[in-house]
Amino acid sequence: MASGDQIAGKVWCFGDDISTDLLSPGEYALAPAEEQKRHTLESVDPRFAQEVRPGDVVVAGRNFGCGSSRESAPENLKTLGVACVVADSFARIFLRNAVAISLPVLTCAGARAAFAEGDEIEIDLATGIVRSRATGCVQQGEPLPTEMREILSTGGILAALRAFARS
Amino acid sequence: MGRTLAEKILARAAGRERVQPGEFVTAQIDLAMTHDIFAADVFGHLVAAGVERLFDPERVVVVLDHLVPAPSEAAASSHRKIREYADQFGVRHLYEAGRGICHQLLPEQGHVVPGALVVGTDSHTTTHGALAAAGTGIGTSEMAYVLATGRLWFRVPETIRFEVTGALQPMVTWKDAILALAGRFGADVAQYKAVEFGGPAASRACIADRLTVCNMAVEIGAKFGFFAADKTTLSYLAERGLEGLEPLGSDADASFEAVHELDLDGLEPQIALPHTVDNVRPVAEVESLPIDQAFIGSCTNGRLEDLEAAAQVLRGRRVHPRVRLIVAPASRSVFQEATRSGALEALAEAGASLLPPGCGPCFGGHGGLLAAGERCIGTHNRNFIGRMGSAQAEIFLASPQTVAASALAGHIADPRKLDRADG
Repeated sequence: MASGDQIAGKVWCFGDDISTDLLSPGEYALAPAEEQKRHTLESVDPRFAQEVRPGDVVVAGRNFGCGSSRESAPENLKTLGVACVVADSFARIFLRNAVAISLPVLTCAGARAAFAEGDEIEIDLATGIVRSRATGCVQQGEPLPTEMREILSTGGILAALRAFARS
Repeated sequence: MGRTLAEKILARAAGRERVQPGEFVTAQIDLAMTHDIFAADVFGHLVAAGVERLFDPERVVVVLDHLVPAPSEAAASSHRKIREYADQFGVRHLYEAGRGICHQLLPEQGHVVPGALVVGTDSHTTTHGALAAAGTGIGTSEMAYVLATGRLWFRVPETIRFEVTGALQPMVTWKDAILALAGRFGADVAQYKAVEFGGPAASRACIADRLTVCNMAVEIGAKFGFFAADKTTLSYLAERGLEGLEPLGSDADASFEAVHELDLDGLEPQIALPHTVDNVRPVAEVESLPIDQAFIGSCTNGRLEDLEAAAQVLRGRRVHPRVRLIVAPASRSVFQEATRSGALEALAEAGASLLPPGCGPCFGGHGGLLAAGERCIGTHNRNFIGRMGSAQAEIFLASPQTVAASALAGHIADPRKLDRADG
């Protein structure tokens, strides 16, 4: 599990209160995943959905993912290849949903101020440490609880569902 | 040491004597609700995983409320698929399009009891704490897991208590109170935590007001929002045939993370300005901003009491010619009661457009979306960028009285002035 706890990638920065309406606009609620993902965060950064590369990471401010229970919010980020979201704080349902679909997340107060767009950062989910490769700046986040890391590492809650159905 | 309501409910559901904040538990779910935006995905996950039976179909409620009446062929096809899945899995509690909004129907139709652990694929599932149930939102994959297994993991939350005293002035409501709290404490004050509303003013609040407040609890980040189950709760439940239930609340010596006081005596009408729910000011400070649309409805404020409050403001008057007033009762029962009470007649005579019960405009789906540069004031719960159509539109949130007064004036207006003008 240790290797899955360590993630490195190039940073995309967003501010406070990035809502699920921004991550997954309501008018595309029934659109196919491929179309939904193209509208991810388009109201705040139209370049993001086009230019984000698999393995990139998102760094944001407070209350990331506030709003609705729509799983398409973390799913869009995952489908675009985002490897991890680090935020000063997360809205609860977004955090649950991210873990459930196996998108790594880390709460790290101060991350938004410490890291800049384009930085290469290293994230350790188990220790909660986030480090910039360029500046060496280190931030201590909240270690992701073992229970959540187990769900992440086993492929999310649907993997658990399949295991239940087989049992 | 006493226990909070959140601790009592999660301990019982986890089969434990007590649980501590911060602990992870696996708990049995008493009621699971999914609506038409997500139900097809939820059942699709079950089929894909090879699940053939639900943990208990009687504990599952499916509501068609967001895309009603179906505004597109895609929505109609999704509804059709959901009906087929409900048949296949033996779900008896399927509320058809037009019956109402899930968070109105669950309490109104007697699905929610004090102490129940309720999950829904909707963030406003916190609403059910108005009846002292632990209600919270989850996603579609987790709901599929719940429907198959009947259980889910939870982190036991700390509880923040709001001690509410005093009495509301005329034209001031509990919506103003919860907006004031959001403004004072911020949209993330209760992140991962339970909040509860107690004190003498909370015991005097009617169920409609409690539902409004707990509905908005998620807008300050809360996992659960609670009022204790008291005489008011038990008589609401008895009207629904749910007899023999007991009062339920936190123990007097329970340990709270924080206790804050709120005095209703001096409270003025409040309004959330774009683009966050905690960007709150007294209405009096932003009067005269012109509006294009006014919306009265939603799971926050679409109940009979809300429609009657709006009707009281609008009766015998005309909505400003430049304003589109849209009214959507929260359920068919509400629609019928408001018809009998004369509230809907007063609203229609004043120039309101009536929508069938549902969520359409509130979640930005259909039935009253906004163009760039337009401004809407509504009784709903969210004003995020792009929530109701254009990302260049502005959404303001307020009480039914303030929204009705603004619809008359053509700009944001303090309903107390209208009251005084009438003497």
